Amino acid sequence: MENEENAENGEVLVKPPTLSASDRLAAKKRFRTQRRLSTMKNKVLRNAQWATLKKEKRKVKKEGQKQRKKEAEALGDKAPPKQIPRTIENTREADITTVDHDDEEVTFDITHDEYESYFSKTYVPKILITSSDNPHSKTIHFIRELTKIFPSSECQWRKRSSVKKMIQSAKEKNYTDVVVINEDRRVPNGMLVSHLPDGPTAYFKISNVKLTKDMKYKNIIKEFTTHRPEVILNNFQTRLGQAVSRMLASLFHYDPQFKGRRAVTFHNQRDYIFFRHHRYEFKSQKRAALRELGPRFTLRLKWLQKGTFDTIEGDYEWIIAGKRHEMETSRRRFFL
Amino acid sequence: MTMYILIIVWSIINKSFCSYKVNTKTQRFCRNEYNLTGLCNRSACPLANSQYATVREEDGNCFLYMKTVERSGFPRNMWEKVKLSKSLEKALRQINEYLIYWPGFIKQKCKQRLLKISQYLIRMRKLRLRRQKKLVPIQRKQERRERRREEKALVAARLDSAIEKELLERLKRGTYGDIYNFPQVAFNKALEEEEDAEVNMEGEDYGEDEENEGEEAEEEIDEELEKELEEESENEEIEYVEADSDLERELESESDMEDIEPKATTSVKDNTRRKPRLEIEYETETLSKNAKRTV
Repeated sequence: MENEENAENGEVLVKPPTLSASDRLAAKKRFRTQRRLSTMKNKVLRNAQWATLKKEKRKVKKEGQKQRKKEAEALGDKAPPKQIPRTIENTREADITTVDHDDEEVTFDITHDEYESYFSKTYVPKILITSSDNPHSKTIHFIRELTKIFPSSECQWRKRSSVKKMIQSAKEKNYTDVVVINEDRRVPNGMLVSHLPDGPTAYFKISNVKLTKDMKYKNIIKEFTTHRPEVILNNFQTRLGQAVSRMLASLFHYDPQFKGRRAVTFHNQRDYIFFRHHRYEFKSQKRAALRELGPRFTLRLKWLQKGTFDTIEGDYEWIIAGKRHEMETSRRRFFL
Repeated sequence: MTMYILIIVWSIINKSFCSYKVNTKTQRFCRNEYNLTGLCNRSACPLANSQYATVREEDGNCFLYMKTVERSGFPRNMWEKVKLSKSLEKALRQINEYLIYWPGFIKQKCKQRLLKISQYLIRMRKLRLRRQKKLVPIQRKQERRERRREEKALVAARLDSAIEKELLERLKRGTYGDIYNFPQVAFNKALEEEEDAEVNMEGEDYGEDEENEGEEAEEEIDEELEKELEEESENEEIEYVEADSDLERELESESDMEDIEPKATTSVKDNTRRKPRLEIEYETETLSKNAKRTV
């Protein structure tokens, strides 16, 4: 009966079957050896014992798998549904701010934020990209590549101006977004994105930057075209995630040129946003081939502010700097 | 009398031990806070000189400290503290005034020290006005944890397959419009199915027929009809998909839907007759109103 219910949901985890007496005994023995391991002082012997213990465990697991497979084949259609492995995504702590696309109020809230004008196609984004003072070569290359990725973006060097003043002058020159790449130890390590007419500001930590010239294919820079790319935003589940995804999407032109077959992806997994840039080709209706161009990096949101950049008096919507003990309460809790 | 004391003091300090003395390979430094030069010398040692003066800075104000013979018996009141003016000129004049008749070495060094102090105070004030880099300490364990978790998240993400899935979904939804001519696969399948099954006017086959009709462009069909048929093919794809895109709703016009029915009835018979010699031409240019699609 339980299995039938589960067959309907498909998502519910199936409890493993109860053990026989001999199995239970073996499990007890394994537990006792594991406890004993911690008291063995000799590292070599301890490691050897651990290796044998692991072998045994693996053997038991494989046998269990075989058994289950046999049973499933024997039963045919009536077989119990496959056990779903427990993953972090499966066991993620439920968040009250998870966006439910059917909820009208929520979708109304989301669509009527500061990016409404972008999504109603009233303007074309114009981005100003800068760095911190004295950028080194890696940062410079990174910024140059970003100017190729964001359509209608311009790079200007920071000549010791403060962010607030820069935002002021950018507003006067009709920019819609400002992106500042922060540098540390000769490597880009932070990205500040600020939407200009009083838009939200977000600061991301950048890691694992891989430039185009370090990509697998040589001279892939020649495959860059100036077609406007299309944006893929994956797996942003909460309200905060939606806000961030809209912010990132609004850096690109609202009207992509599908002829160019360029796709820019922001994929959120466990609060890490992976950025990828691909050229795709549909081989058939079931398969698409991807070739990675362009840089790749990961972002991690550090804080999100309501207005433009103002760290002292700003209105923070979300910040994790001083609040790790309150916010990171469990390993299954994610915010985006 | 005091002279002898000082000589003795200096001989002890110099030769054996002084708690303020710091020895390095090339220099001897004096850590005494009242020392004028910071080096350990006979003339610069505040303990070995009965008449001594220094300039020290506190909270942006410069003070002149003076020590005279008269007060050498009262350690608590030994140092006389005078606040110097904030302007460099006036302060120098004050020093001249207070240290008149004092040995030249002490006067010279005091003025030099005042100059240096005022210069660094100016620089501090300028720096305070500029933006300063905020140095945030690296938390080693946090960094290590984040790096590891990022690697694991990358593995769990399976980016390539996720991106491919999303793109294929978009293709199915029809966001790409007429750029790709894939429905041919479905068309061929439908042909095969027709060969096997009898010609039925049930719902499913009806849909397939409409699709077949959409792709065909035979001599008898005009260009206008071709266009309408292509619109239909898009619409067919849309029919099968759920509530998602508002765009396609806008583009779907009722007139197109009406056109489908009458053509379908005629086409079925034509298909069965025409099957052996089938030529498919695809219309590559897109209509103006289909050109704009959002992401």
